[in-house]
Formats: sequence, structure tokens, C-alpha cells
Amino acid sequence: MPGASRYRDCDTVLLPAFPDQNEMRTWLERQNYLIDYTLAALLRRKTRNLGLLLVYTLLVFLFASVLLLSQGLRREAATLMQDAPELIVQKLNAGRHDLLPAAWLDTLRGIRGVSAVRGRLWGYYYDPAVKANYTLMVAPERGLTADAIMVGATLARVREVGVGDYLSLRAANGQPLPLKITALLDSTSELLSADLLLLSESAFHQLFQPPADTYTDAVLTVRNPREARTIAGKITLALPASRPILRAEILRTYDALFNWREGIVFLTLGTLLLAFLILAWDKAAGLSAEEKREIGILKAIGWETGDILRMKLWEGTLISLTAFLTGYALAYVQVFYGGARLFAPVLKGWAVLYPEFRLTPAVDLQQLLVLLAVTVLPYIVATLIPGWRAAIADPDAVMRG
Amino acid sequence: MIELSAVSKIFHQGQPNECRALCAVSLTLQRGGMTVFKGPSGSGKTTLLTLVGALARPTSGRISLDGRLLSNLPERFLTEVRRHTFGFVFQQFNLIRGLSVLENVMLPAYPLGRPHRELTQAAQALLERFGLDGKTASRVEWLSGGEAQRTALARALINDPAVLIADEPTANLDSALSGEVLALLGELAAQGRTVLISSHDPRVCSAAPVTRLIELHDGHIVGDYAC
Repeated sequence: MPGASRYRDCDTVLLPAFPDQNEMRTWLERQNYLIDYTLAALLRRKTRNLGLLLVYTLLVFLFASVLLLSQGLRREAATLMQDAPELIVQKLNAGRHDLLPAAWLDTLRGIRGVSAVRGRLWGYYYDPAVKANYTLMVAPERGLTADAIMVGATLARVREVGVGDYLSLRAANGQPLPLKITALLDSTSELLSADLLLLSESAFHQLFQPPADTYTDAVLTVRNPREARTIAGKITLALPASRPILRAEILRTYDALFNWREGIVFLTLGTLLLAFLILAWDKAAGLSAEEKREIGILKAIGWETGDILRMKLWEGTLISLTAFLTGYALAYVQVFYGGARLFAPVLKGWAVLYPEFRLTPAVDLQQLLVLLAVTVLPYIVATLIPGWRAAIADPDAVMRG
Repeated sequence: MIELSAVSKIFHQGQPNECRALCAVSLTLQRGGMTVFKGPSGSGKTTLLTLVGALARPTSGRISLDGRLLSNLPERFLTEVRRHTFGFVFQQFNLIRGLSVLENVMLPAYPLGRPHRELTQAAQALLERFGLDGKTASRVEWLSGGEAQRTALARALINDPAVLIADEPTANLDSALSGEVLALLGELAAQGRTVLISSHDPRVCSAAPVTRLIELHDGHIVGDYAC
């Protein structure tokens, strides 16, 4: 009798007799067939699926670009901040920043836990020539002479000056102060040094002419960084007009700044995501009459509901994963090797002195998984549900044509 | 042996367009031979074959296969039965467009995970047997009616079913092709398969391989003749 060899006996009714050792091979073969069929099905509707794939990839690319860039900027800021002082002390006058008297340095040195105190001289300078603000800072460790300065690479680029050139700044007395550029600052730290101009203490005094024995603020080194907050409390008690700023607070400010900028971009992209979700739902969830007919035929010729679901699962996975991997890879290249031109103006901020720097390539696994869950899972579900609905329908309807 | 006991099928039950396709049909079909279900359009032939082939469940009554009740089996087991016991040739062929003849024939075996080489060989052997060996790579939409019918027949046989069900197998074919298909079905019946055909084509009803003729009218069996 044809077909009889496939069954063990009447009691095990019609269950295929695969030997146990072949189960894995059979399972793999089955998945292979399902993928084959799915690919063929996708190719049969290639215009529709290619369009969907392109939009999907673009969406992942945009989201991944924002995430990778903002994460990269945060990481960059955090790395640079590692060398920042643990504690900065400013003097406030009626809540406004004021110059700090030199006598305060001795008071600060006397506080337990403080190992070193240094007064800093720095200030902002508006250059009408390029309509940009520079950050001027005295750098005694650089050993600059009275007329020598070092400038950030971006500043040099914008002012079109280089080593050996003179940069003329307008001093507090209205007279021009010519300063000679002796070096450019390292471009790897351009995120922080873009608008920086380092100068000697005497040049700073000539330029701003601040009262004698005053500083802009003071930087403190503490013996145990974990006690920084306690020391800050002691400083406030000893010098009620002071404002201690912790390194962690600066980092948090950077973080909040990037979060805020990231939020603006995501808000804009949100509309795009919504449009995509509607499109994806329409494309994936709305089975065409031909697709429904195909599912009916497959059921009628012996495919289980589970086989149809597996096939739809492969379909959703192949499209969404291809789009995800392509979009993410493109975003990675764009952010880390292409200068992140797409979102840099928003995420880095607007400025005349626009820093140019290359982020260190890195992938945050948690971020990757969240993006994967947000973009891939909804699409797979959108593919599965209509497939399941069609698969549980009676195949008899197909036979009736 | 397939047994139907007081089987009824009502479509759109309780709705204004309710349709009683089969009314308390009782029937026993022995293994082997070629049985033709004859009757005018709307007499319940296709519905009966659908129920026998486990493509749908009866509204009432019992259907059993070799003593095992099919009508109350869960869907998963019903699929197993459908996959291994029955092969279907649909009136409209129901081949999957865009796929080749070979792929269409192999489709019912995909969920079984048979080794690819073995499955391809089996499909090619069937196509050769039905004179389609030159068409294996052709897309099914390029086939003539007769070729599509034979492809559908090959697909129905890929899982080596014991029962072959063909719904109006000659409806879309000319006389020559009808004769060809009937000869193939007769050959299969002669090999020990149970062949169940629905048709209102007099050529089918009077064909030589037919062993039993069951006449239906308005969902009732009105004649049962051994040939």
C-alpha cells in the first residue's frame, strides 16, 4: 500500500517515524526549506519589499546615527573630563561670578583633605572679526613668554592663522595687543580646545587688566576623590561666598546637554518613526489576496499553522534584520568615519568655532539591543499576526476557489 | 477505510445566507479503486471531498479513517493526517505562482525536512513519470492547462499519500488532455491508491478505471453504483 512505509502502525496514527538521531538534521533541513520558500516569496514581491527595506534601513540609520553620535560625544567628554580638576571654587557676589581674592587660596589650602590649590586666570573674549567667543586661559605650565600664545586648531582655522603669525586682540584700555602664535593645541582634544587660547599671566593682565591679586577661580586637588563632596561642604562653611563645583557635576551638565539635544532630534525623528510604523503595519499586516490564497494552499497541501508562522517569522526576521544591520552599519561608518555630518550641527551645538574631531569607534551593547527591540520586534509581530490569522482559517475555502 | 456517518455541512449557519451543502450523508469508502462523485453544480461533491480530505470539519456527524475518528482531532493532528494520507488536486490547480514546476511539486514535503537531494530526486521522478521532465525549471504560470494539471497531480503525490482526491480534474481540459489525466489517475488506482474524484463530466463517469459511482443531489446521496 502506498504511503504505508511512512507509519509505524495504526496506533501511532500517521505520525512520521523519524529516527531520533536525525531529528536535528531534519529540523535544520526544514528551516532551510522555509528560508528558501520565504526568500522566493519575498523576491516575487520584490518592488514592495525593496521599498519597505529601503525605508526601514533609512529609519534605523537615522536613529542609530543619533544614538552613536550622542553616545560618542558623551564618552569623549567623559574621557577628557578625567583630567579635569576634582573641585573648582568660584567666588559669588550676589549670586554672580566674581573674581576670587588670592587670600582665599590660603584658606582653601587649610581645609582638611585638600592637597593642592591653584588659582586660575581665564575669561571669554568676543572677537568681532569672526563673530566668535574665545576662551582665554593662563597656562603657567606651558612656560609661555609675555607675547606668546597657543591656540586651538578650530580657532586657527577660522582666523586663518598659523604658527608664527600674530593675533591682535583689543585690550581693556582699547589698545591692540599683538600676540604671537607659538603652537597649535592638540587636535585630539578639539571638543574642549576648539575655541581655546592659552597665554601667559602677564599677557592676560595686559589684556583684561584685572585687579591685582585676584583670580577667576581656583582648582583644588583632593587626597581622596570620594571625599570631594564633603570637602565642598567644608569650603561652603569656611567661605560662605564661594561656589564649589564638582567634576561629577560638570559631567552631569554635559550629559544633560547631550540628552537635551538628543531629545530634540528624537522628537523630530518620532514623526518619521510613526510614519514608518503606519507604512510597515500596512505592508506587513495587510496580506494581499494572493498571499492569503498562498497560505490557504500551503495549509491544504499539508503545511501546519506552525509552519506558516515559522515562514512568516523568517520573512519578518529577514527583512527587519537586514534593514537593521545595514542601517546600523551605515550609521556606524557615517558617525565614526564620515564625520557624522548628518546630525553633528544639532548634537555638537551651533558655533562659529565648530570643533572637528573624530570619535573613537565604539558600540554600546545595551543601546544596540534597545534599538533592535524598538525597530525589529514590532515589524516581526506585524508580520506574524496576519499570517497567523490567515493560517488558522479553513483551507477548504481555497479548494472552493 | 474511510467512514462517514450522518455527516452534514452547513455554511454560514444561522445567518440569512445559510447554505446546507451536505445533509446527513453516510458512506463507507474502501481502500483502493477509483470512486467518482457525480452530480450537478451545488450538489455537495466538493464539500464531501473537502470533509473526507480533512480540509474542513463537518457541522455534525462523524468521519473516521481506519477506525480513527477524524472529526474531533485537533488541528495539528488533522494536518498530519492531511499531509501523509491525502493528496489533493484542486479544480483550479492552486499552484503557487512565481515558483518553478519542481518547487511546486516539492512544496508539500518542505515541513517534513526530507534531505534536499532525496526530495529533488523524488519530485523529478514524478515529473518524468507525468511527462514534465522538460519543464522542471519553468514557472507554473507559463504552463498549459494539461501541464498545470499534471504538475498538480505530481505535487499531490510527493508525500506518497494513500488517498488521492481530485476535484473536477477534467473541468479545464479538452478531450485529449482529459483522457490523458484519467489514464494517469487509473494508473494510480491500479497501483493500490484510493482515488476519489468529483466530476459532472460524463467522460469521467464512464471511464474504464472507475470502480464506483456515487451520485449526489442537493447534499444527499441519490445513487451508489459499483462499476
